[in-house]
Amino acid sequence: MADTVHTWVPSLQTAGARPSTRRGLGKFLRQRSTIAFLMCLPLIVIIFSLVIYPAFYSIYLSMLNKAQTRFVGLGNFSFLLSRDVFWMVVWQSAIFALSAVFFKAVIGLITAHLINNLPAKGQRKWRGMLLVPWVIPLALSSLGWWWLFDPTHSAFNWILKSLGFNEIAWLSDPYWARFSVILVNVWYGAPFFLIMYLAALKSVPEQLYEAAAIDGANAWQKFIHITLPMMRNIIAITVLFSLIVTFANFDIVQIMTAGGPRNMTHVFATYSFLLGIRSGDLPLGAATSLFMFPILAIAAIFILRGVRKRGRDIA
Amino acid sequence: MGQSRLSRRAVLKTAALGSAAVITAPYVSGVHAAGSLTLGCWDHWVPGANKTLDKICKEWGEKNKVDVHIDYITSQGEKDKLTAAAEAQAGTGHDIMSHRDWNIQIHQRLLEPLDDVVGQLIKQYGPISPVAEYLAKIKGTWRGVPTAVGSQVKPCQSRFDLYKEHCGVDLVDMFPADESKYDKAKTDKWTWDLYLECAQKLHKAGYPVGLPMGQTSDAVDWVGALFKSFGVVMIDEKDNIKVNSNETRAALEYLKKLMAVNPPEVYAWDDAGNNRWIISGKGSGIMNPPSSWAVAKRDNIKVAENIWHHAMPSGPKGRFVGQLPQFYGLWSFSKNKSAGKDLLLHMSQKESMAQLVAASSGYDLPSFRSMYDFETWKTVEPPKGVVYSYPPRADEQTSMFGAPARSEVGAQMYNQAINTVMVSKFTQGNEKLDDVIKWAEKELEGALRA
Repeated sequence: MADTVHTWVPSLQTAGARPSTRRGLGKFLRQRSTIAFLMCLPLIVIIFSLVIYPAFYSIYLSMLNKAQTRFVGLGNFSFLLSRDVFWMVVWQSAIFALSAVFFKAVIGLITAHLINNLPAKGQRKWRGMLLVPWVIPLALSSLGWWWLFDPTHSAFNWILKSLGFNEIAWLSDPYWARFSVILVNVWYGAPFFLIMYLAALKSVPEQLYEAAAIDGANAWQKFIHITLPMMRNIIAITVLFSLIVTFANFDIVQIMTAGGPRNMTHVFATYSFLLGIRSGDLPLGAATSLFMFPILAIAAIFILRGVRKRGRDIA
Repeated sequence: MGQSRLSRRAVLKTAALGSAAVITAPYVSGVHAAGSLTLGCWDHWVPGANKTLDKICKEWGEKNKVDVHIDYITSQGEKDKLTAAAEAQAGTGHDIMSHRDWNIQIHQRLLEPLDDVVGQLIKQYGPISPVAEYLAKIKGTWRGVPTAVGSQVKPCQSRFDLYKEHCGVDLVDMFPADESKYDKAKTDKWTWDLYLECAQKLHKAGYPVGLPMGQTSDAVDWVGALFKSFGVVMIDEKDNIKVNSNETRAALEYLKKLMAVNPPEVYAWDDAGNNRWIISGKGSGIMNPPSSWAVAKRDNIKVAENIWHHAMPSGPKGRFVGQLPQFYGLWSFSKNKSAGKDLLLHMSQKESMAQLVAASSGYDLPSFRSMYDFETWKTVEPPKGVVYSYPPRADEQTSMFGAPARSEVGAQMYNQAINTVMVSKFTQGNEKLDDVIKWAEKELEGALRA
């Protein structure tokens, strides 16, 4: 106890000898920007250690040989570009992401309109129910879908058969397998579009619709000339966000087809896993996953440029 | 200053003698009562099997005053491989790690040489499986010790009642539960031609065989064994691509006929697809370890009572069965290597292996043929002797798709399932035979980059 008092008193004396320093530190800590920085610091640390560092590390990794003992520059990338299977993966990833995002956007828009036109009392119930696919962990719901599409004991085929139709090779025919993985992605992702579009619809001023009604506009004209222009930015940002997530999708394809049959459902993430983890070539796996980056960066530049331009026009 | 003249031949001779001396040198225990050992082991699917491994390690730990701790890591979703990859990248983790299929080759640079341990085991138990040697002896140095835990072969697992009824073939008589009663005249008749004939009859009777043609190990292994028995070589030891051959054409033409009498969904099956097929009672035969029989014993006893494991059919170049051994590797960053080696030797003794095989109801398969006389394979039932011919017996040899190419190249071929994709392109995609072979040549060029 005596020691504590002994050390505390001189520290007070020292502090008293330099009041300007203490005032300066206090002022610095009271600044809004300092407080904002300190509050953001945990997030910055997390983003740096879990996003920025791994991203740069994967770029470094993609330039090494398989044993990670030698720098090979862009060797892994040029090797991939010479492989037929890799080009098939590029093509399939594009089909998967573009078609899934398109259908998610269309379904999201239609359901958002339907819900928006429901009486306020019923809206909450429907909103909650339609969000369920998005809330269930994706790995779990993919497994459920896999059971429905099971190659031998498919529940869908059981229904088709009992209705007198032929069975469908959902996962063993490459084209049906592509359809199945896209369908599951649409089922999972459409609620995200729904909720975003619903929020955007709610923010459209009612006076615009009233003015259009006075001018004699029908429902379709209101949708084309009021709703869509007012929702353009949110549509663009939602599509961009979904495009990024869908391009990088792993769970659905890995659980349902693991890239088969005949490599015809592989997307970047599953092919990267096959090369990097299953075949033990981490640098080649890293190079494969990095191919997504320029594609998504170009899409992001175009979409965000449009958003900024419209923002300026409105201002 | 005098300089001795050493020819290239003399250097090679000395090096060879040196390596032989290392391999044949007896292992000397260097364990001193101290420290701890951590193991990352494959999580066995058979309930209770992990406890037997615990017991074996605990006994050794108590005797040597070493604290042994085991973490069991599932292979579901390749979590064991992910853990090994993470530990290799970080340079820290368990002391001993179990490695499946090609993982010894993948992590070879970070695995301690184990020539002394394996050399001692070979001295004790005789020749080791050539597949184990291909996968774990890298550039003349053993980097892993083969274990029985999780190691398997994938022979025929057939419904002998259906074979007898619809094909007139008595599999139990052909492969009795006693190797001394094998009749060569009878076993020689079990060829791929007879297999196809039976498969066609069984398909007609409404009980098709179920042979997976996806891109997972069950499919790659049985097709690999068939290719080998037809004499197909994809890439030889000297990096020459050899897939464009009459043997490949003959194997693919044969598979066209065989796949026509399989259910169409086999192209989408994972490693559990064929298990479900036989357990459901719809199928007459698959190629698998006894795991599916064990589940049938629990879920559909009528099916289990009519299952018999037996050798693969033979082809023009012999009778082969796909083998998938597991290994224990000692990380080079382990802090207790001496104790690690001693524990590995203890775990690999015949007495330990017998306990592990018994705990897994005969599923676990040691890599030493001299250990195929365990009582478990004779006594497991129903029916009695059901797994006797699960270990390769008589003229059956083990094979690994990818061999004889360099193991780095073999790993790429195996993991990218080049053989089953070839078959799928030809049989399901109806691509021309020449186009399929050209595609394979191009893929193999890519694999050679390894």
